[in-house]
Amino acid sequence: MRHKVEIIKELERKASIARQEVVKMTSNANSGHLGGSLSCIEILVALYFHQLKHDPKNPSWAKRDRFILSKGHAAPALYAILALRGYFPKEELSSLRKINSRLQGMPDNRKTPGVEVSTGSLGQGLSVALGMALGFKLAGRKNHVYALLGDGELDEGQIWEAAMFASARKINNVTVFVDRNYGQNDGRTEEVLSIEPIVSKWLACGWNVFEVNGHNIKEILDVLDRSMENRSKPTILIAKTVKGKGISFVENKHEYHARPLPRELVNQAIAELEKR
Amino acid sequence: MKDIINSSQLMSTRDAFGEALVEVGKEKKNVIVLTADLSQATRTFLFARVFPERFFNLGICEQNMMGVAAGLATTGFIPVATSLAIFATGRAYEQIRNTIAHSNFNVKIIGSHGGISMGEDGSTHQSIEDIALMRVIPNMTVIVPADAPQTKKAVRAAIEYKGPVYIRLGRPKLPIVTDTKSKFVIGKADVLRRGNDVSIVACGVMVIQALKAADILASRGINARVINMHTIKPLDLKILSLASGETGALIVAEDHSVIGGLGSATLEALACIENRPPVYQVGVYDVFGESGDPNDLIEKYGLSPQSIVKGVERVLPLKKRKKRRQNKMFIDGRSEESVPTKNQTSGSGEK
Repeated sequence: MRHKVEIIKELERKASIARQEVVKMTSNANSGHLGGSLSCIEILVALYFHQLKHDPKNPSWAKRDRFILSKGHAAPALYAILALRGYFPKEELSSLRKINSRLQGMPDNRKTPGVEVSTGSLGQGLSVALGMALGFKLAGRKNHVYALLGDGELDEGQIWEAAMFASARKINNVTVFVDRNYGQNDGRTEEVLSIEPIVSKWLACGWNVFEVNGHNIKEILDVLDRSMENRSKPTILIAKTVKGKGISFVENKHEYHARPLPRELVNQAIAELEKR
Repeated sequence: MKDIINSSQLMSTRDAFGEALVEVGKEKKNVIVLTADLSQATRTFLFARVFPERFFNLGICEQNMMGVAAGLATTGFIPVATSLAIFATGRAYEQIRNTIAHSNFNVKIIGSHGGISMGEDGSTHQSIEDIALMRVIPNMTVIVPADAPQTKKAVRAAIEYKGPVYIRLGRPKLPIVTDTKSKFVIGKADVLRRGNDVSIVACGVMVIQALKAADILASRGINARVINMHTIKPLDLKILSLASGETGALIVAEDHSVIGGLGSATLEALACIENRPPVYQVGVYDVFGESGDPNDLIEKYGLSPQSIVKGVERVLPLKKRKKRRQNKMFIDGRSEESVPTKNQTSGSGEK
């Protein structure tokens, strides 16, 4: 629609750079969740390079929109984006998961500029997002709250407590993404517990539901625009994604759920990503 | 002392909490009250009546309630999240740990119906672990007020304090045992009765039991000091240290498991003390409770004044003869270096 091709191209380039940083920092740390970090890059790029009202030079700006990475295991992706946006120096990415680092294994708001809430214990970020959104409504503030959930995370009962609460209290200043990459710690989401039908579950809970290709930035931005019209309900975007996206030998490979690339494969991966 | 104990103004700490919330809510417009389908039990319906726009019933969803409270706190509100003690601290334990305390969010957590003395609903509803669960979390402050007036002061102090606080409330109607004029300071315990033969350190509903036990002991010529340890964390090390040195024997009394609560906190504090006094724990000895009248439960599970007296009989023979001065205490490498004189303790509510 109204998002210019050049802008989209530029965002796609950011996504490629962010992926390279994720590969490098996790390999350097020799740990970290590669697959689920790579699957949510476009969502984060769309938010941090376009959608969010924020100021990297003033992370506690009162009028900023809030973003909560409820699937805290994708911390490397968030860190890459925050560094690219200037919240902290890019060089710091190599300190990921090391002692005395500001970049903890899971997002930690006490340590990292730009991280709003400590997450990583799954199923909790949505409730916090709703509390923020409710606070903004009560205070008559215009801030919008965004959250990113993992699909495996939807196993958690607290998600559905929150889902009911949001629609019951008409919390319409919140927009949630689900990174639907079909993988979780023990395997395919549909084999571990089976969370389908996702769309009708959220519809039944009283949400506006959109489906989107989670690797198509133009589509993400278009759907975000559409979702902002006539907001009377909380809104969720189910983003279809590929775990390990962008690297042919990582895509949909379950062994990279909670593991980085071996160092000897890093250059090959970077070369692939640079071509994109 | 007797006049105070026998006051006819009986009131539960949860009732006092309900009234206190309305009072605080009038002054502080940023106080928001949350409950999980227990607005009657927690007495938050009183707040809801006056401030419906600042009251949220989240349904039977304690986990979501704690997360929503955390989010509200980030926008400048002071959320007060309420449920029964067992559910507030047990069902939502990890939410409190990882989402509230980890970030030091300014959330007040209220658990009513604490302890076995909640009565008839029985063991699944009797929280005998909540003090332990909250105490073990970094950044958390834990308060167990002893009567209605102290509850009101504690609620105010908790709202004014910046950071997560857990307040445990009870169901039994209690007499007034604290000095209604005294100031409530988090972490500063009150001496309710002087005595130098033995110290009874108690919290919550056990404070009145301690005072009753002290009466029984007095009739036998034993002068017990009674300390109302209303803050379990941070523990008042000075008052404990003085009690250890001056009375040489301690009883710790709580309506809670003897594992992990006030008794454990006291023993941890005394672990490295010079001339450690004998300590006897009055509490629930690692069993689940049952249904019953609160008075019958208190009797059966060893929480009566007589149980405290028995404890005193156990520790007195273990007491070392020599009178000690106050001892240095070492906890987590922190030491209580300053040795307060006896006169200084009169400021902490001693009568």
